[in-house]
Amino acid sequence: MATGVGGGRTISSTFSPVKIWLLLPSWLIIGFFLALPVLLMLVYSFLTKEFRGGVIWEPTLAAYDQFLFDRGLFGDDPPKIEWKYISIFIRSILQATGATILCLLIGFPTAFFIATRVDNNKIIWLLLLTVPYWVNLLIRTVSMKFLIRDSGPLNEILITLGLIDAPLKLINTNLAVQLGLFYSYLPFMVLPIYAALERYNFTFSEAASDLYAPKWTILFKILIPIVKPGIIAGCILVFVPSLGAFLAPDLLGGAKTFMIGSLIEDQFKGNAGNWPFGAAASMILLSMVMIVLIYYARAQSKEQT
Amino acid sequence: MRKAFNVKHYNGFFFIACLCLFILYSPLLIVMIYSFNDSLSITKWGGVSLRWYYEVFYGLESEKFKLAAWNSLIIALMAATIATIVATAASIGMIRGGQFRGKSASFALISLPIMVPEIVTAVATLIFFSAISFKLGILSILVAHIVFCIPFAYLPISARLQGIEASYEEAAQDLYANRWKTFKHVLMPIMGPGIISGFLLGFIISLDDFIITNFVKGAGVETLPTAIFGAVKQGIKPNIMALSTLLLLFSIFLVTISYVIGKKGEDLKTKNNKGDKYEV
Repeated sequence: MATGVGGGRTISSTFSPVKIWLLLPSWLIIGFFLALPVLLMLVYSFLTKEFRGGVIWEPTLAAYDQFLFDRGLFGDDPPKIEWKYISIFIRSILQATGATILCLLIGFPTAFFIATRVDNNKIIWLLLLTVPYWVNLLIRTVSMKFLIRDSGPLNEILITLGLIDAPLKLINTNLAVQLGLFYSYLPFMVLPIYAALERYNFTFSEAASDLYAPKWTILFKILIPIVKPGIIAGCILVFVPSLGAFLAPDLLGGAKTFMIGSLIEDQFKGNAGNWPFGAAASMILLSMVMIVLIYYARAQSKEQT
Repeated sequence: MRKAFNVKHYNGFFFIACLCLFILYSPLLIVMIYSFNDSLSITKWGGVSLRWYYEVFYGLESEKFKLAAWNSLIIALMAATIATIVATAASIGMIRGGQFRGKSASFALISLPIMVPEIVTAVATLIFFSAISFKLGILSILVAHIVFCIPFAYLPISARLQGIEASYEEAAQDLYANRWKTFKHVLMPIMGPGIISGFLLGFIISLDDFIITNFVKGAGVETLPTAIFGAVKQGIKPNIMALSTLLLLFSIFLVTISYVIGKKGEDLKTKNNKGDKYEV
């Protein structure tokens, strides 16, 4: 029997008999407008491209072939491994990993600090942290671009302070994208870790300290293993959107620092106009994300049993 | 007992927390400050003025931005409303339905829009609309927004319902209320704060969305984020900063509302709990 948070019964004889009808709208809407489209996208990734966008209904492996192999201009050279797209994927994975690590390094201490405040201060800190989370991502990315551009306020301040002589060339570099991803998804890291720390019972730490455990040992051997699910949730919430990010690489990275998101966008909205290839790249991205999520779900259910 | 150190205090964590807030706020504050800059150039400071705000409302591009803002608002309102209704029904079905076959599949389906990366959703939706020759425009944006608003509305609503015992509805039914009346007069008022935060979350998510909208909007139709993106592509102009500041203040306003409502809901909850205690 399902029980609620308060321990009360949540199954009801009033609404249980009509649950199918209550669930039907969500099944239909998401099934028809998302699950079906994703399947169609899988089909499209095996179709022949039409120039100017769209597809011809002839099955082919061309999209995946283009992703992996270089067959020369006319397609009849012996296939070589094509590194262009693979390296975009590798760069995206590295960027997302870097952003996750940065977010964790800043996010964990912040979450810890907030979780150990008295209630009133806690609410203020949490509110301060939630506000940027609700602010439009596009606006935040544009603000970042404004801040770090060559003649922007950051360089001006650094030059005025005498820390650097010439403006830092940050914009249109991998570092700028990294900074943008970190900045975009930082709140996603703090909030789940905070939620886990809220449930953590600090008497465990007290007990360890009574037994003469050094401070940092307590943190790494007692506290972190217990709040690990929250940390993993935070890492996934940063890693997954970073992997497919479009705004940060596009606005902060420019054309040289393509990530998966920009590669896909280019196939549909940009100049490339190769729908099957875009569908194939999306399928590969989706599979990578699903592997991460399934791994996470497995780890969670193991944790619970 | 030895009390050499406080286990809740680590040196430097306060500094990092401040750094975190500094990082999150400094770009936003700088844009806010520069939106009041009187100078034409975005680099030089030319004194305080509201000219760029005037520009947003009455300037050359104001018509474009106003239309885009309208589109954004109407889409967000409709998408959030429909998603909230669908999500409320779904959470009652899921949580009041007990254990049933297909429950975890239903949950997976409802969370699908959160799990699939935005860019993939955008591609899939565009392909689908083009395959069924669905005309791209306001309607296609609305449909796409409803889909991804559903899970965001579902989360707070179902969390709220989870904390409400079924005895309330059963009491209503014992008093001969039909299902609809039970929902309208008993369940919905108790679920209220959850439903409102679900709606607000959906509203903000829809207002925010750029990637999916950009794919399914069709030519000539703009929402505020796509209009801003288009303008930023040609360089960050001061009127964009003024517009961004306005949007930022609007977001802060919405956060405040949802915070106040959430707090009211919690007060109500503790009051109820106290009442329960007295009854026992």
